[in-house]
Amino acid sequence: MTRSAKLAGVFGGIAAVAALVAYYIVSYLIVVPPSVAAAGQAPRASVTLQTVASMGYGPHPDWVSYFVEDARGKWVHSTVLTVPANSLVKVTVLQYDTATGLRNPYWGGPRGIVGEMVLDGKPTPTLDPDLASHTFAVPELGLSVPLAGVADDAKNQCGLAPCTLAEAHRTITFVFRTGKRGTYRWQCFVPCAFGTILGFGGPMQSIGYMDGLLHVV
Amino acid sequence: MARLSSHARRILAMWLVSTAVAIPLIIWVLGPHLPPGDMTAEASDQTSANIVLTAVCAPIVLLILVYFGYALVVFRASGGQIEDGAPIRGHAPTQTLWLVLTSATVLALAVWGSLVLVVSAHGAGGGQGPNPIDPPAGAKEALQVQVIGQQWNWTYRFPGYGAIETAHLDLPADRLVEFHVTSLDVTHSFWAYELGVKADAVPGVDNIAFVHTRKPGSFSIRCAELCGLWHGHMYQTGQVVSTAGFASWMASEQKAEALNKKYLPPYSGHYYPEPQRRAG
Repeated sequence: MTRSAKLAGVFGGIAAVAALVAYYIVSYLIVVPPSVAAAGQAPRASVTLQTVASMGYGPHPDWVSYFVEDARGKWVHSTVLTVPANSLVKVTVLQYDTATGLRNPYWGGPRGIVGEMVLDGKPTPTLDPDLASHTFAVPELGLSVPLAGVADDAKNQCGLAPCTLAEAHRTITFVFRTGKRGTYRWQCFVPCAFGTILGFGGPMQSIGYMDGLLHVV
Repeated sequence: MARLSSHARRILAMWLVSTAVAIPLIIWVLGPHLPPGDMTAEASDQTSANIVLTAVCAPIVLLILVYFGYALVVFRASGGQIEDGAPIRGHAPTQTLWLVLTSATVLALAVWGSLVLVVSAHGAGGGQGPNPIDPPAGAKEALQVQVIGQQWNWTYRFPGYGAIETAHLDLPADRLVEFHVTSLDVTHSFWAYELGVKADAVPGVDNIAFVHTRKPGSFSIRCAELCGLWHGHMYQTGQVVSTAGFASWMASEQKAEALNKKYLPPYSGHYYPEPQRRAG
């Protein structure tokens, strides 16, 4: 093999590795979960979510996360929701995680909802903050709803997402009103990220897990 | 030498005229629009400081610009062969005058600025920590407001009103306010721009900042310390309202929060991140 061919091979190899590294970094940085549209149309729509204690698979199998049910009844790993503007949106959350407790008990009271929060079929005006597993909060809309956790000793707890109704869960429903069009962020206020600094790392800092976007269209 | 004096006289004349025009414009036209405004006495002091700094710096900037422009026009060589100019030699009186004047200006501004920061603006909104060394007159009667930063929102507690907590900040007009800024998790910074406050919110620390509100209006609240994913969304709009308006707002908040109040922890000057059950 000639010297120039060797050099071409070396430089070609370096370029290929650099391209792969760049592709990996760009793919990691720009990954956006798919957007899932709410069922129904303006002025009434509905969204069904579930929270899981751990994914059980994928790049972060021990991360806590949300899932969204799409129009075909399939659970999608996403936190990007599309809802109609100036509408009432009914949210149903199937909560499969145990309680962590709120760092700020203030968020134990549901805020910004229309009517009452319903927990396992019972109207619930407020929640003991120590029993909260997560919150569904859209600060720019003044919306924050605490999600009660499954008992620590509950039987048949879910270990692999998405979870099924046969597994231990709590059901929380509430209605909120969307305003004008725009994109709003939503988040959890419970420090629920296992093994991270102050419980607010990893999934708590990641769209697709415990943070999301609400596209109001 | 005579030619140089002629240039110097022209430059001096242009500098004096431009300075005489610029300073009144800075004080009376630009000044009222300089940040952060006059919603509080402290913000007003900061605005005054910005006006003074701009007005003092203007003659220096103008001298440089006038000299620069004059040199570009008058000393510009056109055509012909490029030649070295006359050698530049030191001029001790000019250099001494420049050094003395600029040093005196900087030192005077430093002394004056420190006085404004410490005495007049009471820390200029940066907070004085848990034991203020320079509380304003009437501090004992101030409205106490605890500002709590958390990823990623602000809440407020009012120890004078049963330690109620709110997610919105209303303040009465013409009232001394004592902010107690703290955090529940990481370091944030409570930046209420129009109030003239930018105080660090640190877990386990009670950072006290004073403002004296003036007239009703809106003010923005942001976090000025990078604190995670939604740091850029950590903003709110607060209101300075009339005394009656504040009383009405507080009554409605107390009513709305009655049910949840029993779950709030006892009021404290600061908190530590709890619970840590899942944290590493």
